[in-house]
Amino acid sequence: MADRAAPHLGPRAGRQALTTTVEAYLLLASARVRSDWQYRTSFAVFLFASLVINVFDFVGIAVLFTKTETLGDWSLDQVAFLYGAAGLCFGIGDLLVGSVENLSTKIKDGSFDVLLTRPVNALVNLTASEFTLRRLGKIGQAAAIFAIALAVNDIDWTPGRGVAVIVMLGAGSVIASATWVITASIAFWLINTREIGNAFTYGGGLAISYPVHVFEQWLRVLLTFIFPLVFVSYLPALYILGIDSPLALPDFLRWSSPVVAGAMVLVATRVWRRGLRRYRSTGS
Amino acid sequence: MAPAGPSTPTRIRVAVAPYLAVSTRAFRQFATYRGATFAGVVTNTMFGFIYAFVFRAVHDEVGMVGRFTATDTTTFVFAAQGFLLMTGAFGDRDISDRIRTGDIAADLYRPVDFQLWWLAHDHGKAAFHALARGIPPFAIGLVVLGLPFPGSPAAWLAFIPATVLGVTIAFAIRFLANLSGFWLLDVRGVVALVGIVQLLLAGHIVPLYFMPDRIQAIVRATPFAGITAHPVEILLGARWGGELLAIYAGQIAWLLILLGAGRALLGRARRNLVIQGG
Repeated sequence: MADRAAPHLGPRAGRQALTTTVEAYLLLASARVRSDWQYRTSFAVFLFASLVINVFDFVGIAVLFTKTETLGDWSLDQVAFLYGAAGLCFGIGDLLVGSVENLSTKIKDGSFDVLLTRPVNALVNLTASEFTLRRLGKIGQAAAIFAIALAVNDIDWTPGRGVAVIVMLGAGSVIASATWVITASIAFWLINTREIGNAFTYGGGLAISYPVHVFEQWLRVLLTFIFPLVFVSYLPALYILGIDSPLALPDFLRWSSPVVAGAMVLVATRVWRRGLRRYRSTGS
Repeated sequence: MAPAGPSTPTRIRVAVAPYLAVSTRAFRQFATYRGATFAGVVTNTMFGFIYAFVFRAVHDEVGMVGRFTATDTTTFVFAAQGFLLMTGAFGDRDISDRIRTGDIAADLYRPVDFQLWWLAHDHGKAAFHALARGIPPFAIGLVVLGLPFPGSPAAWLAFIPATVLGVTIAFAIRFLANLSGFWLLDVRGVVALVGIVQLLLAGHIVPLYFMPDRIQAIVRATPFAGITAHPVEILLGARWGGELLAIYAGQIAWLLILLGAGRALLGRARRNLVIQGG
């Protein structure tokens, strides 16, 4: 009990803190899942609604391809690969930490203070206690599209490409999750601006579902250097699908996603901690 | 009857006053959320650019789509982003929340028409969103991409009534979705479903003229097309004469059907309503 409440006091502090954090997350998330399960009909309706919403989402892309054979020289099959990868990564990010966007509301109504008094990391508490399997709708739909894309694209399968698919989804999910935490942390500085985050989380997920070379340069720069979302889908896809980008980018960028993911975690941690230190409650 | 009763203009003023008051209060209520408005504009503008670049890439491959140029489509996209909040495309649960808590009982006792009261509230809100969430993304998109200011004076003149009708159709649909709260315990799924159907069929995910002809004909016959797609196409100057009249006629017909259905459903709910507690 005592060492769970204050993990930083124990020996082998780093590792123990990590296991405690993961344990706390799982504990809170499973409690939330059990509570959702008490309202099965409501849960089922929601999951269904979420599936329909996401299917409609892809209809938009399919409609474009009724008018054209290619988009920025990419075929529907290739765009579906991007869409599936982006959807899976952002879906997993949303499932794991998406609730962090409630930070803005919680700061405004003062309930964030309650989280700070609990003996669990506030970020874990915020994300896990509103964990919901309803978000599986998005992941399920994206996984289906991605599986189809893997089958219909003419991929020259090598062990390297197999590994690259797994690395892409892993690193991509981490980058997406970090994006969520960073954009939600804006709430520590600006009150009531929850929607700004959506421009980069939902907007970012939308943008990287398309070959980014169709965007103007400023948007590509934003998606590369500010929020490096091109590493989630576009750059690994160039390698896996074996295509050249008209942007003539250096080859090593295609395999840089794990490095970028690591850097994003560092940035997210720093931004969150700085915000937390700055936080003085809204009071009333 | 004494001949000294209030004159007809006074009576009209008295009858309209409460609705006008609701409208202005709704407008002011939303005008207080300045941070949220700013954040929303950033997001709408960002989505506008993403869609605009993607659709422009399609135009690069195929030239015109139907009778629309790449410039038309870009203008359409930013206008549609501006319509999102005005037409409540993300849904709201104002009424169903009051049904769930029981506050609806007080609403039904007020000496005003329930549906008109909420319509007035929605129009006040829409007026604010037209100014604060409608114009900025549109203006930013046009300026950044260097597009010409769209629409002739005549097109703007034809656009405004179509937009008011569209906003009202969107209200009538949300009114129906909210009333389902009298029968369902949780309306969130229904509201979310109606919202996404509106996003797709009103032209927010992709302009309707990108759709295959047969599907497009069906979509254009639904009330959703009259919410965003038809008014914006009027602004682009693509709908004149018989087509323009057909759009107005379709909007008015759907509006009467939907508002009528809302009234009928409300009457039914009122008869079955049992208020708990005391």
